[in-house]
Amino acid sequence: MIPELEKFFRVNKLPHIWCPGCGNGIITRCLVEAISQLDIDYDKTIVISGIGCSSRAPGYMNFDTLHTTHGRALAFATGVKLANPELTVFVITGDGDATAIGGNHFIHAARRNIDLNVILYNNNIYGMTGGQGSPLTPTGHFSTTTPYGSVDRNFDITKLAIAAGATYVARGTAFHDKLLTDCIKKGVENKGFSLIEAITMCPISYGRKNNFATPANMLEWQKNNAINVKAAQKLPPEKIAGKFLIGELHNEPYAEYTAEYDKLIAKYQEGAK
Amino acid sequence: MEKIQFRLSGTGGQGLITAGIILGEAAVLDNKEVIQTQSYGPEARGGASKAEVIISNDEIFYPKVSVPDFLLTMSQEAAKKYGQEIKEGGIILVDSSMVSNFENPQAKIIEIPITKLAREEIGKNFVANIIALGAIVGITKIVTFESLKEAVLNRIPTGSEEINIKALELGLQWGSM
Amino acid sequence: MTDKKARLLQGNHACTLGALAAGVRFYAGYPITPSTEIAEIMSEELPKLGGKFIQMEDEIASMACILGASLTGKKVLTASSGPGISLKQENIGFAAMTEIPCVIVNVQRLGPSTGGPTSPAQGDIMQARWGTHGDHPIIALCPSSVKECFDLTVTAVNFTEKYRVPVYLMLDEIVGHMREKVVLPNPEELELVERKKPTCAPHEYKPYATDESLIPEMADFGTGYKWHVTGLFHDETGFPSNSSQVAERLMSRLMNKIEKYKDEICMWEEIQTDDAELLLVAYGCTARSAQEAIKLLRAEGIKIGLFKPKTIWPFPELPLEKLAQQAKHVIVPEMNLGQLYYEIDRICKDKAQVSGLFKANGELITPGEIIAKVKEVLS
Repeated sequence: MIPELEKFFRVNKLPHIWCPGCGNGIITRCLVEAISQLDIDYDKTIVISGIGCSSRAPGYMNFDTLHTTHGRALAFATGVKLANPELTVFVITGDGDATAIGGNHFIHAARRNIDLNVILYNNNIYGMTGGQGSPLTPTGHFSTTTPYGSVDRNFDITKLAIAAGATYVARGTAFHDKLLTDCIKKGVENKGFSLIEAITMCPISYGRKNNFATPANMLEWQKNNAINVKAAQKLPPEKIAGKFLIGELHNEPYAEYTAEYDKLIAKYQEGAK
Repeated sequence: MEKIQFRLSGTGGQGLITAGIILGEAAVLDNKEVIQTQSYGPEARGGASKAEVIISNDEIFYPKVSVPDFLLTMSQEAAKKYGQEIKEGGIILVDSSMVSNFENPQAKIIEIPITKLAREEIGKNFVANIIALGAIVGITKIVTFESLKEAVLNRIPTGSEEINIKALELGLQWGSM
Repeated sequence: MTDKKARLLQGNHACTLGALAAGVRFYAGYPITPSTEIAEIMSEELPKLGGKFIQMEDEIASMACILGASLTGKKVLTASSGPGISLKQENIGFAAMTEIPCVIVNVQRLGPSTGGPTSPAQGDIMQARWGTHGDHPIIALCPSSVKECFDLTVTAVNFTEKYRVPVYLMLDEIVGHMREKVVLPNPEELELVERKKPTCAPHEYKPYATDESLIPEMADFGTGYKWHVTGLFHDETGFPSNSSQVAERLMSRLMNKIEKYKDEICMWEEIQTDDAELLLVAYGCTARSAQEAIKLLRAEGIKIGLFKPKTIWPFPELPLEKLAQQAKHVIVPEMNLGQLYYEIDRICKDKAQVSGLFKANGELITPGEIIAKVKEVLS
């Protein structure tokens, strides 16, 4: 491990439970790297997760950490942040956790623009339960519950977040780790709801069923199919078709929920003018 | 004082629940025991709605009106729904401007054109509930008029004191006749 | 001391006043009849006290949200009714497992399903005990008057802060919606409990280690203790473990918290029981019908009394057992088809004949129905 990042981990809880070749370790490293580069109080930094592979990450991280129920991380995080707006709150969630069982909490947290920093580890699959299809499993792809290829249409979770009112939305991948770290940093700097979709890889449950022979093939796929949003502006549509954008997709500040609530208190609290 | 059970019935929007609360609050001011309940939900907004008040000198256990001693009925539908449920010798106050052809041989029936009085004497339909309260107290003397007045003033929006007191006094006058 | 005045107050309103007096400063909820007044009043009053109110997207989120807030050190409460309470079960289990203090008000309505939104019922007694999956500790209190709505809300907040067990406050549509004359205590007369916080240095902190009190110290999030909270079985350090010994140890401590403090938690009233040969056991709004019936039956010379549990979980077993020894008959009127009845039958059956009077149609059990049952039992 990078020595200067060690203090952010509960080293005695490692090694982690993730499979060999899993991208979650890279994403988590990007997260703590971003934290290390930010001017925030580590005692007042909270990491909250739901249920699933990615949601085990907070257990390894040396902060106040909260491993909640399936899909509910954002609802718990809303309580933590609203009760004490001084805290910097990260939410680690997966594609199943955030967009299926937690979909309602996701859009409403975005709607309120509450200052939560959501890192969505997207491995396109329910990994912890052994590889079932999720709302982010691409149409036609295989999983243990889509043995003939998924009939369901998949979400573009970044577009959903923007439509729901998130003020900072970005995408990175395990391959584009520097970019991902940067996006996380910018997400924290945004006073409002930030979504960073982190494309990770699950070689065991997703890769093997979808023609990725090795974890390296999956990283290669990320490398070959991601187009930086800035570069994409100069490309003709046919060069973008079938690929996905990475980088900052949306950055539009709006009044933040807990700050607005504090204004309301200042106005109506007994003894206030 | 034995416990006296009031049922105020009419249509949603006539202010009967407010009237029930005011009557209850007046009883509290008179240091009596009181329980107030009401119908809820869509029932309270349309159809026949009711508010119930039990007033007693002793502790009240069962919170609902079993058979009322006093019934106010301010709509035809409420009269139909609740009009026959009254204690032998009880009193039914009928808003004769809203209810027609009302009969109940078990009870003493008092007819006052409450809504018409509100419209024609006060000029505001919405004080009909306050006129009814004045009349109830005029008829039953269940609370002192001072307490009733105080309770009304505690509940109404500022600026409407004058017409509400006028309505209350008008109701008292009709009820005392 | 301020002048204590009698006022006409609604049960749901009294509940919010109790919560605020007990120090609740965070509320998350979702609109549902017949508990909505609690949310409405909280939304108005909390900002005035520097507290927070949030209307969440659903009942599940409301329960999760108050637990998040509680972790930062706030006293928290949510309120709902049948359908909403069903949805909250997932995170009530989380609260029991992680020992996060919280109060859940259930203004009971007729169920199952959407049932009767404005109709009173007492059908959630067993849900309160066993609503979430797995064995777990729970406390449930049950007021039968507006004054008790205030008092027991204060107690519920105190209990959850002290024992770190989720506490239900079981109102019903009648008790929640009726207005009654009450005189409330002044805030300075109330004894309030604050949760135990660690005094050790952060690196020495073991969030789930306990002494003989069985209740661990709880650090507020954001104060440097950097602890881990999980709904998985966990050891004293708070981290998950697959060990069956760890699971067994945690489970037994969670359950023993209730056993150990049962005497403090159990509250009840004995009304005219001294010479009672016939005993009614009733709670919530039904206890009021029982008291009316007793008044009328006593006038006829029938020696009848009432055992009114204010704590229904854990059930005050010993005092009831004692009364059952002198009574010949025990009658349990409740607005369900027999729930607490089975608990009471278990406690009393070797001592007295136990019968139930059940009603689940959205109407109160009347004093007349209780009287008829008493006469049937006596004949």
